[in-house]
Amino acid sequence: MAQTLFDKIWNTHIVKNIEGGPAVLYIDKHFIHEVTSPQAFTGLNKRGIKVFRPQQTIATADHNVPTLNQHLPIKEELGRLQVEALIKNCAEHRVELYGLGHPFQGIVHVIGPELGITQPGNTIVCGDSHTSTHGAFGAIAFGIGTSEVEMVLSTQCLMQTKPKLMRINIEGELKNGVVSKDIVLYILSKITASGATGYAVEFAGSAIRSLSMEARMTICNMSIEMGARCGMIAPDETTFSYVKGRKFAPTGAAWDKKLAYWKTLFTDATATFDKEITLDAADITPMITYGTNPGMGIGVNENIPTVAQVHDNDRSGLEKSLAYMGLQQGHPIKGQKIDYVFIGSCTNSRIEDLRMVASFVKGKHKADNVEVWIVPGSKQVEKQAIEEGIDKVFEAAGFQLRQPGCSACLGMNEDKIPAGKYCISTSNRNFEGRQGAGARTLLASPLSAAAAAVTGFVADVREFMNN
Amino acid sequence: MKEGFKNITSRFVPLQNENVDTDQIIPARFLKATTKDGFGKNLFRDWRYENDNEATPKIDFVLNQPQYKGDILVAGKNFGCGSSREHAAWSIVDYGFKVVVSSFFADIFKNNALNNGLLPITVSEDFVQKIFAQTNEATLSVDLEAQTITIDATGEKESFEINAYKKTCMINGYDDIDYLINSIGEIENFEKQSV
Repeated sequence: MAQTLFDKIWNTHIVKNIEGGPAVLYIDKHFIHEVTSPQAFTGLNKRGIKVFRPQQTIATADHNVPTLNQHLPIKEELGRLQVEALIKNCAEHRVELYGLGHPFQGIVHVIGPELGITQPGNTIVCGDSHTSTHGAFGAIAFGIGTSEVEMVLSTQCLMQTKPKLMRINIEGELKNGVVSKDIVLYILSKITASGATGYAVEFAGSAIRSLSMEARMTICNMSIEMGARCGMIAPDETTFSYVKGRKFAPTGAAWDKKLAYWKTLFTDATATFDKEITLDAADITPMITYGTNPGMGIGVNENIPTVAQVHDNDRSGLEKSLAYMGLQQGHPIKGQKIDYVFIGSCTNSRIEDLRMVASFVKGKHKADNVEVWIVPGSKQVEKQAIEEGIDKVFEAAGFQLRQPGCSACLGMNEDKIPAGKYCISTSNRNFEGRQGAGARTLLASPLSAAAAAVTGFVADVREFMNN
Repeated sequence: MKEGFKNITSRFVPLQNENVDTDQIIPARFLKATTKDGFGKNLFRDWRYENDNEATPKIDFVLNQPQYKGDILVAGKNFGCGSSREHAAWSIVDYGFKVVVSSFFADIFKNNALNNGLLPITVSEDFVQKIFAQTNEATLSVDLEAQTITIDATGEKESFEINAYKKTCMINGYDDIDYLINSIGEIENFEKQSV
């Protein structure tokens, strides 16, 4: 019978199906971090049990770590306690930890792929909703709560109900100045922030296939912003050549065997989906959000919608959002003055993102009215950036290159945007208060963020590009 | 083992917002605890207080309006979207709610709620609006065994879905972790066959 990519992976990971209930799903790889794991370890300790398969769990400290002076003890007490708890729990349960100071430390969804831990055909979970990122490799990858972290630590399994399946096709060629972040913000603007709730989404089509692995990760990363249980892309030569040679990738005969299996991971031609959408890549322009959920995005040259233009049920939401954002319905977003630029997060903090920004800003300087924070996704990304001289480009532009972590994406550490200030951010969520109480977030691509950093306002990056 | 879910009749707190994300339910700066306790005081923190100060409650926010109370929170569609933080479910439970009603829940939140004995009830958009149209004195009755929710004043009733396994767990206070630990033998067999 014809199967989808999702079916092929799901079916080979079912330990058993419970009558009238969920399936017991086997998990290949489990990532943990300091914020959503302590209560799970407490649960194991109360039961007097150890981690069932410690080699299949990998830990890092990312959510709550400082991005300056990481060699010094963490000043903030509660944050330090969480990191200390992670160190203690990993040691007691023999879980590998890439903590602060380790050359592999970084944002959990950046380090998994760059170390070759994330592989096609895997089931991957983490107590973080952006675990969907790993689906870019043709894996079933999704975020879980802390009770579920406890389940995976205890048994390497989860109780899961099979989601419905959706395919989103992006066909054709992307226009100049349009990158993968624009694709995903465009999809969100079309299907809304709840448009894929209850579904596993496969992204397909010629525009998706043309993307690099890192660009694909940006798209799958934000599938949770559509409400999707997970997002995935069928693995191909781009995937295989990315994985090959990485630290934990298979080698020799094991590689050949895996590769043969990975090549079977695609949706069969006659397989069907519960829902299918096709969008034209040529319709996508550089995107920016104006509201307080990631579905509230427009092309940078469009006007903010008016209350009259939206559906009855959405009117109060739009008014409330615009009041929070201090923006006017029907007005252009281009030219909006901004105060901060944040380039980072599990969405856009990889080396290609930093290269993209550096190539745009080389020889330019930031506007006086903005503060620019660049937070690399991992120690390896930071090292690579320094090797390539990207740090010097940023320094000359007046940008601050910080140390790896989740940082101002969620404002857990001290990297917060002050109340009322506008921040162009390459992260994934523009929720009220996400980057700090009262902070106003506009989501955009690294290129658009770079253009804003240089001009000091929301700008169409294409007006500043040579070709 | 947790306490089992008992059928309830209670007044409700109407939160007429849509897309209530988990950053609103519990802002990230309150995720620094290493236990599950005490999150209720920070539930909807930035909607509840001016300048993060408990001495200055925002009087237009529903949790600060004493005429609204009860064990049931009723909210607009796509409740619990965003971050997977289970702290959102912990904070709602710790505040004292036993049921959340919406026309639409985000997936991860729904699982987190069920894993903490908080019953998420999905009803039609129309039914949510009918509940919002009730007075603050009105009560709702939730019967998990029958899978129904009733607006007591009018007798209007809607059925809700919950899978048989989860229903048994909720009623008896069973835990998925207990179930999985009891399945360890089958999990080990699965591992051997998959290699």
